Amino acid sequence: MMEDVYILAIESSCDETAAAVVKNGREVLSNVISSQIALHTVYGGVVPEIASRKHIEKINQVIEEALADAGMTLDEMTAVGVTYGPGLVGALLVGVSAAKAIAYAKKLPLIGVHHIEGHVSANFIENPELEPPFLCLIVSGGHTHLVIMKDYGEFEIIGRTRDDAAGEAFDKVARAIGLGYPGGPKIDRAAREGNPHAMEFPRARIEGAPYDFSFSGLKSAVLNYLNREKMAGREVSRNDLAASFQNAVVDVLVSRTVLAAEDYGIRDVVIAGGVASNSALRSAMKEACGRKGFRFYEPSPILCTDNAAMIGAAAYYEYQKGRRSGWDLNAVPNLKLGER
Amino acid sequence: MKILGIESASLTASAAIWEDGILTAEYTVNHKKTHSQTLLPMIDEIVRMTETQLETLDGIAVSGGPGSFTGLRIGSATAKGLGLALDKPLLHVPTLDAMAYQHFGTDRLICPMLDARRGQVYCGIYEFHDVFRVIRPQAAMALTELLEELNRMGRPAVFLGDGVPAGQAVIREKAGIPYVFAPSFSCGPRAGAVAALGAVYLKEGRSEAARDHAPEYLKPSQAERNLKAAREQKP
Repeated sequence: MMEDVYILAIESSCDETAAAVVKNGREVLSNVISSQIALHTVYGGVVPEIASRKHIEKINQVIEEALADAGMTLDEMTAVGVTYGPGLVGALLVGVSAAKAIAYAKKLPLIGVHHIEGHVSANFIENPELEPPFLCLIVSGGHTHLVIMKDYGEFEIIGRTRDDAAGEAFDKVARAIGLGYPGGPKIDRAAREGNPHAMEFPRARIEGAPYDFSFSGLKSAVLNYLNREKMAGREVSRNDLAASFQNAVVDVLVSRTVLAAEDYGIRDVVIAGGVASNSALRSAMKEACGRKGFRFYEPSPILCTDNAAMIGAAAYYEYQKGRRSGWDLNAVPNLKLGER
Repeated sequence: MKILGIESASLTASAAIWEDGILTAEYTVNHKKTHSQTLLPMIDEIVRMTETQLETLDGIAVSGGPGSFTGLRIGSATAKGLGLALDKPLLHVPTLDAMAYQHFGTDRLICPMLDARRGQVYCGIYEFHDVFRVIRPQAAMALTELLEELNRMGRPAVFLGDGVPAGQAVIREKAGIPYVFAPSFSCGPRAGAVAALGAVYLKEGRSEAARDHAPEYLKPSQAERNLKAAREQKP
């Protein structure tokens, strides 16, 4: 009988200060998230310095709450896991520095976790039967990747965006049509009231790279359309535009994912990242996977946003592989997927 | 009483252990490298060298700003993490106060200054008049403004800190008082001074819970400044 592993996980890569206690990589005993969205809304996006300042104010409180919610103390923890990249360097440093100090003071192993591997690992939490290998579409404000998780902690990137991340396109279009920040959830909501076929926007293909993405052309097409209609004095339906734009994004994401799964002969398909909470993407992906006979996994929306439970899940498998970080662990803002 | 001191507000990374009036260890590195990589290994080194049991600390003194925003947060998050894990209070020592404290016993006014960018320095004015006293609390201001104030006070002064090299020419031109520049070993921020002043605070009951601690930046973020300026321009 293996001993239970309890991981205190900390995440502060962007604008959420988060901590969680995760048992054996899959059971979330607590998941505390302190969101700063309201603080950044007036600036139309995340301001790194403001995010960092808020992290330092909140970090202890969030960690203490995570321990209290789990009904556990630091003495009962097996290890400390922390996001060390990618993300905003100043924001990452708060979590990394605090995690290091806690692990050091309690003589616990320290495990630096890749933020995106955390997002992928969010799927382990609610799907006990899910094991690698599987295909994962990672979609967030900073990432659009198609990866094969071959084993725990082992990734092969088979597709990526050539320009904007999907979430970035959502934010930019949302700003252009006056929906504001954060763009993803606002477009999702507006799109529900709109006609996804009202306008036809381009679906970019990249010659010779069938699993790659490009969203900058789509974004420009939306902005050009808006300008043209404005010049002509015609009113644009915001809901129709949101729905048509979203439809184009979802279409590309789903078709590339399905193509990759077929080409690689993978039958388990997973989505992860902030944009994975988009309702149109979720239903289109589920429908397409169902049609092809693939098993489809999606994290609950709360596990799609930045959170520490997913970091605890990823840290557990790192822990099992014997991977440890030193007291010189640094924040790496542009950490590559699969890099150690 | 045993205090761990942490200093990472500027280019200098420093850690110290102070016990009952004795500085048992101090590790100071004034070399361009990320504090996030050096600070905790430095603390670990002096803790091992002095065979300190972390549980026996009475408090953690941290240089609380002003300084580099990121540098401050590395020290602050480290102190907060230690405070949380060890259940010990934090002692928030203003960075410039600790720098001035190194010149214990001098008759001169003590003027530490750190580069605050945009033609400003973070500075304060201190003296020893039987006890250590803050005459002008640390703030961000133009160096000329500080010099005008010193000229009005008309007392000899000692300048120190990383604001000195950049400000030397201005000081030579504008200072109407006798002055000296502090030598290299008492010129920069040091964790020994942070810990020693932290011990004074702890005796005076001026500690704070680790969860409540945050650095004192003395400046809002650029985005906040821009927003304020934009709002003031609008009628």
